[in-house]
Amino acid sequence: MDDLDDAVRRRAIHRQAASIIAAVAPFGIVFGAAAATAGLSLLQAIGFSVLVFGGSSQFAAVEILGDGGSVASAAIAGLMLNVRSLAFGVIMAPALFGAWWQRAAMSQLMIDESTAVGAAQSERRWRRYGYLVAGIGVFVVWNLTTILGHVAFADAGDLITDLGLDAAGPAVFLALLWPRLSSRPQRRTAIVGALVALALIPFAPPGVPILAAMLGVVAARFGKPDEQPSDAPLDGSGVLS
Amino acid sequence: MSDATIVLIVMTLGTFALKSAGPLVLGDRSLPVRVQQAIGLLPAALLAALTIVSTMGDGREIVVDARLVGLVVAGIALWRRLPFVVVIVVASAATAITRLIS
Repeated sequence: MDDLDDAVRRRAIHRQAASIIAAVAPFGIVFGAAAATAGLSLLQAIGFSVLVFGGSSQFAAVEILGDGGSVASAAIAGLMLNVRSLAFGVIMAPALFGAWWQRAAMSQLMIDESTAVGAAQSERRWRRYGYLVAGIGVFVVWNLTTILGHVAFADAGDLITDLGLDAAGPAVFLALLWPRLSSRPQRRTAIVGALVALALIPFAPPGVPILAAMLGVVAARFGKPDEQPSDAPLDGSGVLS
Repeated sequence: MSDATIVLIVMTLGTFALKSAGPLVLGDRSLPVRVQQAIGLLPAALLAALTIVSTMGDGREIVVDARLVGLVVAGIALWRRLPFVVVIVVASAATAITRLIS
């Protein structure tokens, strides 16, 4: 009976992971193409996808580099986007048990998708299983599509605009943002962040408006008294959905 | 070393530190509630800022072009609860079509 439950559980996780892996594929192609457009070599593009392995942060860094932004603004913007990994780490830590090198290796797979599938399970071992299946699946597909995007779209900037692929990045960011908009504090944060970033575009180097939007929102959060002590702590719901 | 390689190295080290901090250092301990709340808001601010900047930014210029049509269509698709992949495809298609007819 337990075996049967396990099989059902495993199949459900595979289904969740499969849909999220499929969703990542076009983004990988867009990243590869964006990297090529920004002047990155194939090796550099793969380096980002293997070593950094964080979709939106790779995208941000490459966009800023392509726009002529400085090394510092590209790296800082990219890293700021990955600050949320700290929160993911807090959520997933109990499930990612093992020797220190095993925990370190599993940490490399920590992205929105793996954390989302992992945190959606109720038992610790299934959280671990969901995290690993989604993480490894996305890792493989992300890297293959990065190569495909770079090779197929290199020197084809016109093709990217002709196919409207330059709108795919914004659409992906909006799609990642969307589930968070159903919570009021998150929605307010998003609106303020967007307005701050938009207002700063003409006045600051590329990358800085994004940083300022984030720092401003956090500063506002800390400046306020602790009015809702039980406001969405890290149970996964506030951060992931 | 090229700019991109330097960015790659810095981001590799920094990202790994951020990813592994929880599992390696924190373990089961949790952060103060206020810090958790601030971290919980970061993705919303950042993703919103990125959405706007990648839609309307061009270096230091604010531009309104076909990308904005794609973003609006993406918003409608998300509101209609269409799958992620479909959202990306219709946004790209709307942008491409807008360029064709304008």
